[in-house]
Amino acid sequence: MQQEDSCLCRPAPTLIFACSGAADTGEIADRAARRLHAERAGVMYCLAGIGGRVSGIVKSTEAAARVLAIDGCQLDCARRTLELAGMTGFGHLRVTDLGLIKGKTDITPERIQQVVDSARAVLNDEQKEGPR
Amino acid sequence: MKKIEILGTGCPKCLKLADNARGAAEALKLQYELRKVTDIQEIMSFGVMMTPALVVDGIVKAAGKVPSVEDIKKILAE
Repeated sequence: MQQEDSCLCRPAPTLIFACSGAADTGEIADRAARRLHAERAGVMYCLAGIGGRVSGIVKSTEAAARVLAIDGCQLDCARRTLELAGMTGFGHLRVTDLGLIKGKTDITPERIQQVVDSARAVLNDEQKEGPR
Repeated sequence: MKKIEILGTGCPKCLKLADNARGAAEALKLQYELRKVTDIQEIMSFGVMMTPALVVDGIVKAAGKVPSVEDIKKILAE
């Protein structure tokens, strides 16, 4: 995602990772993450960079105030990718837990909004629990 | 020769990280070159979301914080 062209010495951000998988629910996860980024609920960051162990992405994620993983289905690829890189204590949301069925879900603005709202609730719960 | 790069646009935290890195390298009597990377596009080419960041031999070792001299000595000794 494009960053603001300014000093990066700022408070640690909330980072949002989506599985961005091939299935319809993966696309919804991706589009929800992009909307959360656009609405400044957090910064969408590159899950592939975690999988590829891109050092700048891994170290930035370790320093984040909060991390949210959004998975499209029960395979939990985003959660597993973060865990394999040593991340712990992050929030997690699974699109299929919201009643959407993998392979049978049309991608509509309402469904994306449903995931956005749920993601915000997860982030709010994390905030109440305090920093990681 | 260790190649140390400090990513940051020049704020006090970035300067402190550069001081700490120099102190750690000197304490270990390392041969090193230290470069400050202040161009925001070049900083972002490392994939970091937060500065200051410490890069050793092309690998980001810390981002968004200022490790102590002792911590950087451990990083440089790896």
